[in-house]
This record gives sequence, C-alpha cells and structure tokens, in this order.
Amino acid sequence: MVATSEWKFTRRDVLKLGAVSMSALAIPRVMAAPAATGPVSPPVMAKVAMEVNGKPQALDLDTRTTLLDALREHMHLTGTKKGCDHGQCGACTVIVDGRRINSCLTLAVMHEGAKVTTIEGLGTPDKMHPMQAAFVKHDGYQCGYCTPGQICSAVAVLDEMERDIPSHVTGDLKAKAAVTRMEVRERMSGNICRCGAYSNIHDAIEEVAGGTA
Amino acid sequence: MKFDTPATTNPIDQLKVVGKPVDRVEGPLKTTGTARYAYERHDVAPDHAYGVIVGAGIAKGRIRSIDTARAKSAPGVLAVVTAENAGKLGKGQFNTAALLGGPEIQHYHQAVAIVVAATFEQARAAAQLVKVDYERTPGAFDLKTAKDKAAKPKDGDPDSAKGDFAGAFAASAVTLDATYTTPDQSHAMMEPHATIASWEGDKLTVWTANQMIAWSKGDMAKTLGIPKENVRLVSPYIGGGFGGKLFVRADAVMAALGARAAGRAVAVALQRPLIMNNTTHRPATIQRIRIGASKDGTIQAIGHESWSGDLPGGGPETAVQQTRLLYAGANRMTATRLAVLDLPEGNAMRAPGEAAGMLALEIAMDEMAEKLGMDPVEFRIRNDTQVDPEKPERPFSQRQLVQCLRTGASRFGWDKRVAKPGSTRDGRWLVGMGVAAAFRNNMNMKSAARMRLERNGRVTVETDMTDIGTGSYTIIAQTAAEMMGVPLDRVDVKLGDSSFPISAGSGGQWGGNSSTAGVYAAGMKLREAVARKLGVDPSKATFEGGNVVAGGKTVALSRVAADGELVGEDTMEYGDLEKRFQQSTFGAHFVEVRVDAATAEIRVERMLAVCAAGRIINPKAARSQVIGAMTMGVGAALMEELVVDKRLGFFVNHDLAGYEVPVHADIPHQEVVFLEETDPTTSPMKAKGVGELGICGVGAAVANAVYNATGVRVRDYPVTLDKIIGKLPPIG
Repeated sequence: MVATSEWKFTRRDVLKLGAVSMSALAIPRVMAAPAATGPVSPPVMAKVAMEVNGKPQALDLDTRTTLLDALREHMHLTGTKKGCDHGQCGACTVIVDGRRINSCLTLAVMHEGAKVTTIEGLGTPDKMHPMQAAFVKHDGYQCGYCTPGQICSAVAVLDEMERDIPSHVTGDLKAKAAVTRMEVRERMSGNICRCGAYSNIHDAIEEVAGGTA
Repeated sequence: MKFDTPATTNPIDQLKVVGKPVDRVEGPLKTTGTARYAYERHDVAPDHAYGVIVGAGIAKGRIRSIDTARAKSAPGVLAVVTAENAGKLGKGQFNTAALLGGPEIQHYHQAVAIVVAATFEQARAAAQLVKVDYERTPGAFDLKTAKDKAAKPKDGDPDSAKGDFAGAFAASAVTLDATYTTPDQSHAMMEPHATIASWEGDKLTVWTANQMIAWSKGDMAKTLGIPKENVRLVSPYIGGGFGGKLFVRADAVMAALGARAAGRAVAVALQRPLIMNNTTHRPATIQRIRIGASKDGTIQAIGHESWSGDLPGGGPETAVQQTRLLYAGANRMTATRLAVLDLPEGNAMRAPGEAAGMLALEIAMDEMAEKLGMDPVEFRIRNDTQVDPEKPERPFSQRQLVQCLRTGASRFGWDKRVAKPGSTRDGRWLVGMGVAAAFRNNMNMKSAARMRLERNGRVTVETDMTDIGTGSYTIIAQTAAEMMGVPLDRVDVKLGDSSFPISAGSGGQWGGNSSTAGVYAAGMKLREAVARKLGVDPSKATFEGGNVVAGGKTVALSRVAADGELVGEDTMEYGDLEKRFQQSTFGAHFVEVRVDAATAEIRVERMLAVCAAGRIINPKAARSQVIGAMTMGVGAALMEELVVDKRLGFFVNHDLAGYEVPVHADIPHQEVVFLEETDPTTSPMKAKGVGELGICGVGAAVANAVYNATGVRVRDYPVTLDKIIGKLPPIG
C-alpha cells in the first residue's frame, strides 16, 4: 500500500486539532457546519488543472465536486459511470497517476496536476484497446454499465501484477506475482457486474494477460 | 401478421446469420464508454439542471408539514417540488404506490420532494435542508405475523386442484411436508433509475432508463395528467433492469415535475441509498410444500402453498406457478395467498414466480429423493410429464427436461457424487454436488417493427424494443439480415424510442422471441415491397448476398431502392397456440461447492447449466444471459437478503455495501450447453425465452450442494454460514 502524504500532520497535531478541524485546515472556508437557520453560504470554488486522456483540462469547480462528476458533468466524459456514488460498486474506476481509484470517492480538487486515464482514453470504437477488444470478443458485459470500470480495473490489475503488488490471496509475498485465476478474481472483486458477466470477463482478462489464468 | 398455425419452413431457417454466435453489434460503444445512457445526454439536453429526490423518513403515516423555505433559498436552487405544489397527479396503471408521496406516506423512502439546482452539488446540499414533520402510524411489516390474515389475491388463480390431494398425500408411502422461506430481494442493477426530462410547451421528452417504452409512455401521461401523444420516451441504452425498470418510477416523474417548475431540462438519478426502498423489489415468500410418493419414487400427490405480502392494491409473488406444470402426479393442489404489508412495493424481478418458487420446490425434490433413497436426477426423471398435468389433453410444445438432466449429469461427472452427505473431504474442505431442474414458462407478446431499405442498400430497423443487456440490438440485426439476405454489417438497429412501432419490450423473458418475430413480420412486408417494385411475385423472390433473385433476374438491393427508400412495417400478433400447447423452457443446473470444515465458508467451485429453450438466435448472447442468471442465482442462494426493520418498516441494508451481490471472487468458470431445439408453435423464429430460465432452480442446486457437502439442510434463504456452522460434522 502506498501511503498518501498530502496531509503533513504529526500524530500530536492530529490529537490537538481533532478530525473536524483537520478538514477545516485543508479547506478553511467551509469549516463551519451549516447552521440550522440564516442564509446558506455560497459554494466554495477552486481552480484545478489536470491532464485527462493526454489533454490538459483547466476547471473552476465547486470544491464538493467529485472527480467522477468533474469527468461526467464538466468534461462530458460520460464513459466513466456513476453506479452508487459511495465507492461500493467500482463502475467509476479510472486510472490516476498509474493507480486505479474509485473516482466517486475523491474530490476533483485533490488531483491538481494528476494524469487521469478514463475508458475514453484507452481506446475508441474504431481503435479499441486490446482489453476492450477482448471484452467484445468474450462478451464480457451485457448492459454495459459496469463495463468501463471493469476494463479500467482489468488494465490496472495486470499492471499491478506486473509490478508485483500483492493482493489478499497472494500466498507468498516474496515470490513473483502470478496471473492466476484466483488472483484475478480477487483483484477484480471491487467491480460489481450485476448482469453476471464475471466468467466471460475473466476469459477476456486471461486472453490479454496471455497466460493461463 | 398473425401467428396462429405452427411455423413451417421460412427465411429464418436459412440460418446464415441467425443462430450464429456473433459479437454484440453495440459492443464497441459499450466497451469504449461511448454508448450514452439516460443521465448522459449532454448531446440533446445541454445545460440541464440537476434534481435530487428527498425520500420519506417513515414507512407509513402523514406529512404534517414540509418546510422548503431554506432549501429554496440555498445557492443555485431553481425549484422545489412537493405534493403541495406539484398539481394534481394520477397514478400509473403499473404502479401500486404513488410516486410522489404527501400528505399520505405509503412506504419508506417514497419520494416527498425534488430539489432542482444549477449544479448537482447545490441540489444535493439543498435537499438536506428540506424539513419534513411526519406523523407516523403503525404498519404491518412482518410477513410471518401477517401470514394468518393473508387473503386470496383478486387476480390469477389463487387455487388450483386436481384429483384428491389430501387423500393421496395421506395414503402415500413416503411423504415430505416442509416449509421454506425466501427473503425480499433487490434488482440492484448497476445503473440507478435515471431520467433527463425536458418540456417544450406542453410536450415532454424523457430520456430515461426503462424496459417497457409503451407502458411507460402511457403511465407518464396518466401520472402527469397529460395526453399520451405529448410524451416521448427515449431509452436506447439501459444499465440493467431485471424487472426494476419495467415501470415509470420516481426519477422520471420527479424530473418532469422539476423541469416544469424550473423551466429547464432536469436530470435526476435516484441516489443509490434510496433505490431499494423507493423502488420495487422481489417480495419475500413463505412456502409450504408437500409431496407424497410410492416407494418406487412415483409422485402420487404434490401440493405447494405460498404466502407473500404487498402494499394494499398490490399483487402476490406467484411462487407456486411451476409446481402446476413441472412434475407428474395425479393428485395436486396449489394455493397463493397475499398479505397486506406496508413495506415498499413488491413487484417483478427476474423470473417472478419461478425464481422464488424453484428455490423451494427444488430443495423439496432433493429432500424427497433422499427419503426415497433415490438419486435426485433419477427421481426427477421418474416424474417427468410430456403433458400439462392438470389438463392431460394439452401437450408441452417441446419438453427436453430429461435430456437436460441426463446430458448435464454426464458432463458434470454426477456419477462421482457421494449420496451420503458430509462424507467427501478434500483437505480443509467439505465437498458436495447439487442438482436442480430449471423451468420457466415462455410468453409471447405482440410486437411491431419498421424496416427501411435505404437508398444506399443499408437496412434500418426501428422498434421501441429495449436492450437491457439482453442482446436485443444484435438478435434484431441478425433477424433483419437473415430476412433481407444482407450481411450483418449492412443493418442498423434503432431501439427504445416511443416514436418507433410498439414492441414487446423487455420482461418475462418474452423479449427475444417476440421482438424478433415482430422484425420477421416487418421483414416480410419489406420483401413484398421490394418484389412489387421489381414487378415479381414476392413468394418466388429469394433474398441473398445483398441481392433479390426472381424470375431469372438478380438485382442488387441498393439498386432497388436507388430512387427512394422502401419501407415495411408490421406487427406480429398471436393466436391460441399457447393455449393449445404449453410452451415452457427447461434446463438442469449442476453445482459443486466447497464448505470450509471449520468456518463454514461456502465457495462455489463449478457450475453447469444445460438448457432447452427453442432456437437459440445468438448462442453467445444467450449463454451470457444464462451465466448472468446463474450468477444472480448464486446471490439468491448464498447472500442476497433485504433485511426488514420490523419496527420501523424499511429495508435496512439499502445500498450496494449492505445488500451483498456476487462479485468476481464468488463466481467460478461457468458452463452452459444448449440442446438442439426448434419450437414451431412459438413464432416463425421458433425460439423461446432464455433470459430468465438460468436463474430458475440454480439457487436450489447450490443449497442442495451445500447439503451434500455438510449434511446441514437450510430451508431459509440465503444459505449463510451462521445457519450451518453449529451443525457441521466434527472436524476430525
């Protein structure tokens, strides 16, 4: 696991401040909880710039905007799906600076300077990424709604195994990670497919991995 | 076109395109994120506002007052609509509860307000500022306690009987009398119910996620009190439905009301935590099954009773349906009873009736086989019937249940199963195999389509049919290509728009056969138009290789339409063949599970389904339908349960974290075999439904495998480890 080091607090600082004030430090103007009466404060706006699918994007956003909504509603990149908005389904999976994340669980303003790859950045209908083509060939989808998240996850999973990042089912942490059936199934388990295309998705990933997963 | 005599040889039988496992035609769009779903229509509704729905915080009662002042004053807010300012609303024909509650509240999370704002963040924040003062009244939330007050439902056949069930059951040498329960379940499709609504004067367009375009166009009009012709519904891509999107739901109605109040288009997606209590679900059942047999395993008496609950005016879960048809037995009875519950609205979820009924019946068959000392495959085969057991003069159109069971047993290695439960051990695992029959009735629905032969020789199909992941785009393209003798890539399919001819829609596994039969009818009309244009007899013309061949002439289709497109439009309607023949689909499920001998963790290791469901129009898409249904069946068997808070009356685990569905790690490689079959009584396609067959019985096969592995019989779904762990064999 890579530790996130955006917040440079010592343990002592945290104890002194408490959790609420900590978020207030990060975004001072929204520190007060909404009052029960009186005017509702206007949204806090912030500028953020990132590179999405190789193109620079400069946005002026309500700071409450998730990366997912920034992609879908502001950049009109609707390939990334909103299934639950709570990090439970994986439909919003994108690749940020080489790591897959649930884009609904992260605010866009946290990604200044990031390199984001979405499903649209992997390939197009006329020029599909090998993983996209394998999903078509193996019918690794039905309704198609979880599919962009499944594909982004699958691409990242193979990369994680290439980089020897262990999973919950990795038996020997010292050995080279192997693209086994159970490794792939475990690593893909954050991406729900209610149509139940799992068996076919696995066949698609196996083909791209070139192994006998 | 009316289909009232069994099909003979027709253009579909060429099977040049139909019957081939081609890739889905919309695959490149779905896999690249370029298929646009309901909430993603920036192309047609730019600058729409955002609506967020407020759900009721009580299950039953009244709104004393609702204070929207603060929400209205919040930044960016354009409108707040509640029952107080929505105007008079009707209730859709297909809805049980009102889609906008207030002052009366009929169920938890019933919509009580929509807050519309310029941005999603503003709407979401302002929705928190709506203050509702409720007056709670007591309600009935527990099926078990409401069961005794359950009554006969007013529609359908609440009772069926033949022979002397009670006498034959009492006289049987071997009997079983057991009660099973299935919990409330949620469709949990990946795309939330979502809509963008836009008014132009008094005309409304909704881009929405909906399985049944014509039903829902009608219900939108009825709910809003506007003429039907003023509503247009567009639903080309639907992120899963499983019955949850058969009807107009709050997203569509509230988006329309919000858009009218705000004076601009409004996008609404039901928040995930609202969906399970706001929309419909598969109702829980209590099922009592009695089977009596002679010592040789011949069923003498079979009885199935089911109790479920719903809101006042709702309907039952028809869990006894299959028991009237699946097995022989001279003496039989079924009974369906409905209790009034104040839980959210119960309604259809994938294979309503059979999905819940087979969970119980197929455990009962397993239990009975054991009592008889018979193999469960053989016991089922012994009690096969080729006729409707209630009306022996009425045969099944096709029935290959025995072949499904035998083929499956042989492929799965059923002969290696050890009958004595709890006796197969592999290291830390207890290993078991289970079997169940699969059964789901076939239904045909009237369905229309329009086909155009474009001037460039391309064929376009237009129908309001929907593709909810079922493969409609692809099988309709295959049907059109076969009819016109063109390759698949010369066909364009346009679906899910209420301005197109009315189709069967997606439900009850009727969509595949019915919608393609509608395309067949339109194709015949287009063939006639082409022949007429050439001045030849349509019955003598053949369509192949992109050409029409007739009277010794071969003409390219593109030349026929060069000076103007030709159009063929028709509706396929049905006679009484489904009354003369019982049309059903059959299968056999085989499952192997491993149960951890110490922790009772259950792992599904192998799954095989053998299906006989008429002509398979696209084996690749059909297989996906079956494995998907098997996956949902594993969920029903092992994890899915909406937990009822019986004091407050709502489903507690109402999101995708609390309501567990199978994930990758839960599902092994799945095998599906389709037996060769064509059914000339169903339509010129000779096909039947397959999308629901796969879920019927599979959960019982899992439960039976768990029993075979552990010796612990669980009759209350889901089969979770807490119900097993205390009764496991000694670890040794």
